[in-house]
Amino acid sequence: MASTAITADTAAVFHLEEEHAHAEGGSTMLGFWLYLMSDCLIFAMLFAAFGVLGGNYAAGPAPKDLFDLGLVAVNTTMLLLSSITYGFAMLTMDKGRVGATQGWLAVTMLFGLAFLSIELSEFAHMIHEGATPQRSAFLSSFFTLVGTHGLHVTFGIVWMVTLMVQVARHGLIEANRRRLMCLSMFWHFLDVVWIGVFTFVYLMGTLR
Amino acid sequence: MPETLTKFIFGRLTLESLPLHEPIVVGTFIVVALGGLAVLAAITYFKLWGYLWREWFTSVDHKKIGVMYMALGLVMLLRGFSDAIMMRLQQAIAFNGSEGYLNAHHYDQIFTAHGVIMIFFVAMPFVTGLMNFVVPLQIGARDVSFPFLNNFSFWMTVGGAILVMASLFVGEFARTGWLAYPPLSGINYSPDVGVDYYIWALQVAGVGTTLSGINLICTIIKMRAPGMTMMRMPVFTWTSLCTNILIVASFPVLTAVLTLLALDRYVGTNFFTNDFGGNPMMYVNLIWIWGHPEVYILILPLFGVFSEVTSTFSGKRLFGYTSMVYATVVITILSYLVWLHHFFTMGSGASVNSFFGITTMIISIPTGAKMFNWLFTMYRGRIRFELPMMWTVAFMLTFVVGGMTGVLLAVPPADFVLHNSLFLIAHFHNVIIGGVLFGLFAGIAYWWPKAFGFRLDPFWGKVSFWCWVLGFWFAFMPLYILGLMGVTRRMRVFDDPSLQIWFVIAAFGAVLIAAGIAAFLVQIFVSIRRREALADHTGDPWDGRTLEWSTSSPPPAYNFAFTPIIRDNDAWWDMKKAGYRRPLSGFKPIHMPKNTGTGVILAVFSVALGFGLIWYMWWLAALSFVCLIATAIGHTFNYHRDFDIPAAEVAQTEEARTTLLAAQG
Repeated sequence: MASTAITADTAAVFHLEEEHAHAEGGSTMLGFWLYLMSDCLIFAMLFAAFGVLGGNYAAGPAPKDLFDLGLVAVNTTMLLLSSITYGFAMLTMDKGRVGATQGWLAVTMLFGLAFLSIELSEFAHMIHEGATPQRSAFLSSFFTLVGTHGLHVTFGIVWMVTLMVQVARHGLIEANRRRLMCLSMFWHFLDVVWIGVFTFVYLMGTLR
Repeated sequence: MPETLTKFIFGRLTLESLPLHEPIVVGTFIVVALGGLAVLAAITYFKLWGYLWREWFTSVDHKKIGVMYMALGLVMLLRGFSDAIMMRLQQAIAFNGSEGYLNAHHYDQIFTAHGVIMIFFVAMPFVTGLMNFVVPLQIGARDVSFPFLNNFSFWMTVGGAILVMASLFVGEFARTGWLAYPPLSGINYSPDVGVDYYIWALQVAGVGTTLSGINLICTIIKMRAPGMTMMRMPVFTWTSLCTNILIVASFPVLTAVLTLLALDRYVGTNFFTNDFGGNPMMYVNLIWIWGHPEVYILILPLFGVFSEVTSTFSGKRLFGYTSMVYATVVITILSYLVWLHHFFTMGSGASVNSFFGITTMIISIPTGAKMFNWLFTMYRGRIRFELPMMWTVAFMLTFVVGGMTGVLLAVPPADFVLHNSLFLIAHFHNVIIGGVLFGLFAGIAYWWPKAFGFRLDPFWGKVSFWCWVLGFWFAFMPLYILGLMGVTRRMRVFDDPSLQIWFVIAAFGAVLIAAGIAAFLVQIFVSIRRREALADHTGDPWDGRTLEWSTSSPPPAYNFAFTPIIRDNDAWWDMKKAGYRRPLSGFKPIHMPKNTGTGVILAVFSVALGFGLIWYMWWLAALSFVCLIATAIGHTFNYHRDFDIPAAEVAQTEEARTTLLAAQG
């Protein structure tokens, strides 16, 4: 019986003597994962919308008429390379090398900007051809899905600039390392989403 | 030229946007404005602004945020209920050629606002507030994982409520029903600001809800006191965990679908339009993929409340703890597999409808298991019929009826007949009032002494209880009957005079409920007046079983002077039985988060952003968006967010409690 064991155990301990501090930021990684998963659901909704509406051209242009797979391949390369360089930034961060970390972050940002520029020029080209988001449900869901991803990349770049300023100010202190980790997860997450976009929207769209 | 300038500054907001031609709205505005002015004047007169700002608005203390959520829910309950009683009155008199007293334009806004407010700004704040207050105390934590985020989430919820309230006096609210189905909610059929108010109010509040969900999951996973394994968590904490998982896994869906609706309205995309390949039924599917989990978000925490209350007031360990946990988890999962039962009439065919009908019926199994667990907990218990227990028994009797009509509606052929009828209205009010609201009142009566150090007055509580319970039965049983006779929802006038008596009975029920709400307010007022007589200095007025009853009432800012070690379910019961002695010395400084006003500021910018978007004041929207981002970034430059409560201060607080306890004998 548990109760007899308790009475026998006169030195029952009911509390910690020492201050039981939960490590600062101990929940941050879990919290950020959960946020990423909630964001993933938003993308899931947009993918679902594209899945339902992606074939509704409303007598307008279809993927075959619009997508330049070569350009999209270059674009994909930009984003994949930016993920690799962010990885290098994290490796140098582990070694505590502030300058190298900042350098790799800057390179990552340049790749990110290249990705965005190519995407925007693609959008501009499509809109110029009359393939606007208003033209058909296919184009509505295309622009929303790809555009939402682009907005995330933009936000990631703003965040990266902020972190570079903060690293310059305070160095690679614990809080900054944690923040760089979060941005790292965010950046790689966007990469994963882009793989989905590339496959599902561009490649399979062209086959359609 | 000045005209274009006015258009630039005010967008589509003109003097005509103010509903001066609606005497009811003008009257309401005058009452609200006078009441608001009186409150503001009183705060200024008693010089409370500084106190409120420092101690409450900027507080990151989960207990204070919880109390503020409850206050928000209560205020919005008054608004939501005003809408309800106006509808009941309209339907009771609009017979025999009478148009009633509400025109269609106004009436449609009222039933939309009633639904939106009751779900998003009454039930959600109440539930979130309860979880915020109780969960950290139950798991032996000092605060939530992200205290600043908690404050921010609260103010975003307030921001959404402010936008809904603004729609009453500036412009209008949606006239679409609470889920704003397109194409009716599209720009062609709803060109005015109503649907935009709806979209942006829910988006602003939705950010807060999602973040508070993430926050509470992390808190429960990461901040439990040593020894509290998952299967030693109190049931309320378990149901809160499942609810917050549901929040994080469903509110992004709402965010996404409302964004798509907003794009249709603002940009002219074709997601849910009738032409250019849009598909309105996709909206209905997507919104119910959020909407069905939402009803479990509301009810699960209250299942937790009933579990705590039943076990405490029966003086027994909860019957079937493990099955209770598994039932909760099963409901959590199943709640994602039933959304289509909200529109069997869509035309998805017999196979699809059967699947969703069967999954829906399966949910009644874990729910039934819970019901039996509560009954077996009461069986041979020493039941004390205090107020929380009375609400629990009323819940069991009422909720079972709602559950049975729910199973009835889950049968697709029956649903084809009852779809969109008052039978459905009666069903979901049966489970939401009989489940969520009764549970909230049980929870409020149960934890009020913990929050404020004195009990609620039992007499007025019982008056409120009987008015609510009887009022509910009077108000909604007639709707079941009317629904079976084929009366559809959202009707403003009726042709068949034989129906009138039922609506009159329902209106009588609504009046009883109004008396119940009034009695509840009187109860709070009287209890505050009699707080000396009702005081509880022990911190454990109900002979409780879980950790929150081990600390003082109200708990100190740091909750527990020492982090407790958990050895059993019902940790506090175990400690009491094993001869626990409060530690009186050896206090250490306690690390706590600092207050911050950033949450309030961010919410203000969000409301401004929403308002700018609603009225096409693009400059305001752009400006507040930039300010929002700048404030958020600025906040990250503050690295000093914590401080230590000195050991001497902890010792002093604990000493004061020792004196109080000694005086008790």
